[in-house]
Amino acid sequence: MSEHEHVTGGPRLLSPRGMVTIRADFSELKTGDAVAAALGPAFPDTNCATNAKGRSLLWMSPDELLLICPAKETEALIVAARDALSRLPGGHHLVVDVSDARVAFAIEGPGARDVLARLTPADLRPGVFDAPQLRRTRLSQVAAAIWQSAPDRFEILCFRSVAGYVARLLEGAAGQGAPVGHLDRDARAGSRAR
Amino acid sequence: MSRRLAAGRSLLGRRIDRESPVTFRFDGRRMDGLKGDTLASALLANGQTMVGRSFKYHRPRGIMAAGPEEPNALVNLGSGARLEPNQRATTTPLFDGLEAESQNRWPSLGFDVGAINARLSRFLPAGFYYKTFMWPRSFWKHVYEPIIRASAGLGRAPQKPDADTYEHYHAHVDLLVVGGGVAGLQAARLAAVAGAQVLVIEQQDHWGGRAAVDGGTIEGEHAEYWVQRTVEALSALPNVDMRTGCVGSGVYDHGYALAAERLAPAERPGAVAGPRQRLWRIRARRIVTATGAIERPLSFAGNDLPGVMLASAVRDYLVDYAVTPGDAVVVVTNNDDGYRTALALCDAGIQVPAIIDARSRVTGDLPSQARAAGLRVETGSAIARVTGQRRVTGVDICPQGSDGTQAERLACDAVAMAGGWSPVVHLWSHCGGKLLWDEATASFRPDPDRPPLGADGQGFVLAAGAANGEGRLGPALVDGDAAGRAVIAALGLKLPRGTAPAPQARAPEEEPLAPVWIMPREADAARRSKMWLDFQNDVKVSDVQLAAREGYESVEHTKRYTTLGMATDQGKLSNINGLAVLSDALSAAIPEVGTTTFRPPYTPLTIGAIAGEARGDLFQPVRRTPMHDLLDAAGAEWEPVGHWRRPYAFPRAGESTHDAVMREVRNTREAVGLLDASTLGKILVKGPDAGRFLDMLYTNMMSSLKPGRCRYGLMCSENGFLMDDGVVARIDDETFLCHTTSGGADRIHGHMEEWLQTEWWDWKVYTANLTEQFAQVAVVGPRARDLLQSLGGDIDLSAEALPFMGWAEGRIGDFKARVFRISFSGELSFEVAVPAGRGAEFWQALMQAGAPLGVMPYGTEALHIMRAEKGFIMIGDESDGTVIPQDLGLDWAISKKKDDYLGKRAQARMHMASDERWRLVGLETLDGSVLPDGAYAVAPGHNDTGQRNMIGRVTSTYHSPTLGRGIAMGLVLHGPERMGETLSFAKVDGSTVEAQIVDPVFYDREGARQNV
Repeated sequence: MSEHEHVTGGPRLLSPRGMVTIRADFSELKTGDAVAAALGPAFPDTNCATNAKGRSLLWMSPDELLLICPAKETEALIVAARDALSRLPGGHHLVVDVSDARVAFAIEGPGARDVLARLTPADLRPGVFDAPQLRRTRLSQVAAAIWQSAPDRFEILCFRSVAGYVARLLEGAAGQGAPVGHLDRDARAGSRAR
Repeated sequence: MSRRLAAGRSLLGRRIDRESPVTFRFDGRRMDGLKGDTLASALLANGQTMVGRSFKYHRPRGIMAAGPEEPNALVNLGSGARLEPNQRATTTPLFDGLEAESQNRWPSLGFDVGAINARLSRFLPAGFYYKTFMWPRSFWKHVYEPIIRASAGLGRAPQKPDADTYEHYHAHVDLLVVGGGVAGLQAARLAAVAGAQVLVIEQQDHWGGRAAVDGGTIEGEHAEYWVQRTVEALSALPNVDMRTGCVGSGVYDHGYALAAERLAPAERPGAVAGPRQRLWRIRARRIVTATGAIERPLSFAGNDLPGVMLASAVRDYLVDYAVTPGDAVVVVTNNDDGYRTALALCDAGIQVPAIIDARSRVTGDLPSQARAAGLRVETGSAIARVTGQRRVTGVDICPQGSDGTQAERLACDAVAMAGGWSPVVHLWSHCGGKLLWDEATASFRPDPDRPPLGADGQGFVLAAGAANGEGRLGPALVDGDAAGRAVIAALGLKLPRGTAPAPQARAPEEEPLAPVWIMPREADAARRSKMWLDFQNDVKVSDVQLAAREGYESVEHTKRYTTLGMATDQGKLSNINGLAVLSDALSAAIPEVGTTTFRPPYTPLTIGAIAGEARGDLFQPVRRTPMHDLLDAAGAEWEPVGHWRRPYAFPRAGESTHDAVMREVRNTREAVGLLDASTLGKILVKGPDAGRFLDMLYTNMMSSLKPGRCRYGLMCSENGFLMDDGVVARIDDETFLCHTTSGGADRIHGHMEEWLQTEWWDWKVYTANLTEQFAQVAVVGPRARDLLQSLGGDIDLSAEALPFMGWAEGRIGDFKARVFRISFSGELSFEVAVPAGRGAEFWQALMQAGAPLGVMPYGTEALHIMRAEKGFIMIGDESDGTVIPQDLGLDWAISKKKDDYLGKRAQARMHMASDERWRLVGLETLDGSVLPDGAYAVAPGHNDTGQRNMIGRVTSTYHSPTLGRGIAMGLVLHGPERMGETLSFAKVDGSTVEAQIVDPVFYDREGARQNV
């Protein structure tokens, strides 16, 4: 442990889950409420995620959410979301299955922030970026979302075609011999001992 | 001779450990050093005063400084895959087994052939290259440039990939403090106590800057103890990160800063895991530059001889490493600070034959101490010249007001020169901070009223301490304290009640310096041509004066003409002296002449650190389709398409790539082929205004498309140029699926969102980029329907149920699929989209089921040939950003009914509507050969620039296995009106090839094959 960042078991690829893009005008409060009622998790705050019934709703942009759910629920939840949004006045929305478009990795442990900070310009300081927040940013040269799904547990979402690139990036950043010890204060003693 | 002083003088050598000897090699010679040495201090300890040759005249050069400003002591460090050129010996920590090699000499440091240049120096004045190598013109490329390049100096470029690794790290802090001297530490301490998140970086391996060497007391103790206590207190705070060996490289907009941290430099090679350097990419709300100051040399004849050093460096080597540059050291100065060196030498028992002070009145505390110690102080004096060939043997001293011809010789073997201090204003200036000329210290210092401004309109950089012109101990602490308080106010923080004021410091009083730029003042031409300003680039006082005489008034022009300040040290020692000489020659005040621009990085960064992890297989992201591994196993030869890799062809064992392509085309036209089309962009567009939106985006009408049907469309930029094409499928009343080119998906998605978000924000349309959600396979050829039907499923694939340009949804086998009957080959063709997660499985199923039908995969080259046989255009071949659809005969895809579409107005402009535009035709060589790609059709006569007249060019060219000859497309002046005419196309070898203008559709003009 002393030679490496404090991460548990290294970055790992998560098994496929259902993912659904939901776009609608969430500046209308009842739009978000309708989606939340239909899917379970509450409507998330800006840059945050909510969880309920094993499902999560991730805030992606002012007019876009990403539902993450068990794969077998995907089709039914798409129908539920479409129905709920169609019933609203105007009813303009887009709900589409994107389960196969992205992959997710997880990295855990007090050193995870320092691993990710090697790759992303996002501000990952505790107090600035805490669970259940999420950032759409980049990892090195590709787009990615970083979601702190639980304290010190980070899920990294990226497009499927660059899964190999991101896996190598994360392995490389987590496998460096010299801990940075900038955000993970406990690792600092080791890094200062040169 | 330079040497290490014997142990016993307990105050000397504070950084070395005499119990830990290490050995290293310099130019192959084994030498001994001590743990804690720098390479420079170890070389001096070994009596190695000469460490390199100068860049232009190959003059012997020695170590001059003790820090990053060192101009001379550059070495090749390491070997093989760990060779690093141009490493400064002064900032290279010594380790056991270090190998260094001097630079700019051949065959050896002692005997150097290039030194003949010094004899020729009269013929190598400033601007020599510009003046000499202009004529004859043809000589530049073949004679002058190769010779100049071969003799160009500095280090050897490594021949192998760097064996080390590097990493980046992004940090966000409230305050970045660059420089861990007393001013920086005090600023950091205040900000940290007030609760700010602080990162403090120091380029050296230890804290405190010059305080420990230069002495003085803080709060009644030696300054070094205060430094130690403050560092301990700061390191214990959770909101502070302290980094030594970390140099601030650059400051950029919005508080962005770069710093390079050295990790584990010692015990190379092999023993140390992990990266060698870490490049910090810092976003700071405020930056304090407490970067100290650099001592200036004095300009006297022979000031570049080995043995002449900066006075501060002499006492650094003495105090820190117990190394003296000589046994008799003359000190030459224009200020009181130089006396510190004389006193330190005297204390260490080194002889100081004289202190030569250019000032006529010298009464300060330090000179009084020197006099009291019995040292000879010569006021109003100057060095007329330094004697010696390869090292100092003595100095001639004369009155500063004289011309130097009447002089007294003093024997010595080293000279310490103290020309005053220049604040390190680099980081302050990188992002636009302005400077003031300070008469009292004869230096430029930051103008607090004109700092670099951040996004909030406030200055985001504050200079502190010596970097702010406050070089003395007490004022530096007070200045650091003020910077800390200013940062706290700017960040909206508060100091706890009862925070102590700035600590009290005591140091000797110093009297003002005399601005001395040339020594002696009336020095003759011979002496001025031996006064070095820029040691690394060999620029002398006489060169700058010559530039001024030749009319170079701007400091930026003079810099480039003389190369002053353009070496790897970026003029850290030479800039102020050089522009003082220039302003004197121009009879202008120094602030009127101004400085050159300070540009990052402060010290050179190694390329590896800039690249970080982006090398080898991480150099660029490679996008892989779901079938990538299967195709790779099938022998795909890959080609890059955007960041994607696509198979160019699938050559079999013993088969050439060309033959494979021919086979793939024939098999697809005769049986059935499979193409991985997953890279095609797939953008879902939905909403009540989706049809209206697509009518604006595409040149043709999309709103009239019926659900269940597909239509080919063109997209133009608002300037009218063709930018993308593809097939649009209408999913339902409100929903369209737009296919884009492989490289175009992200760009077109961005284009759509830009129009929706900035211009048509009230249109009810949402888009989603589904490119990666689907794997897509083109099943192409006369047996395509048979193949798909053999998999079973619930989609009726008959011509009646699913006609050409229709699409259907359902199951193929047990795969959830959408099937589009579209064709880019002219054959019966189905493009089948399945969820990406099952793409590889689907491909395998098709290959298995298709085996009895003769199925084969085909690559992009076969795709290109088949589309060219049909006269279909390819974005990027027929279009290049200057081509409009009308050039390509695509008027049929441009709606005449619509009021508007993006590009419509641009296409109505005179030049766009001109019939002089080159337009698309087919081309067939008379001899059946393949036209060279990009070849121009030539016409009699020459144009205004003397080139042959050109009337067209080849845009796509292939050998068609279907037709058994070369076919091509091209853009030709009046092309469609010239059917049947023969044109001459120029080849690279100067010959021409004849080709006839024909219809671009070479094969199955009626479309019978695809419509079955």
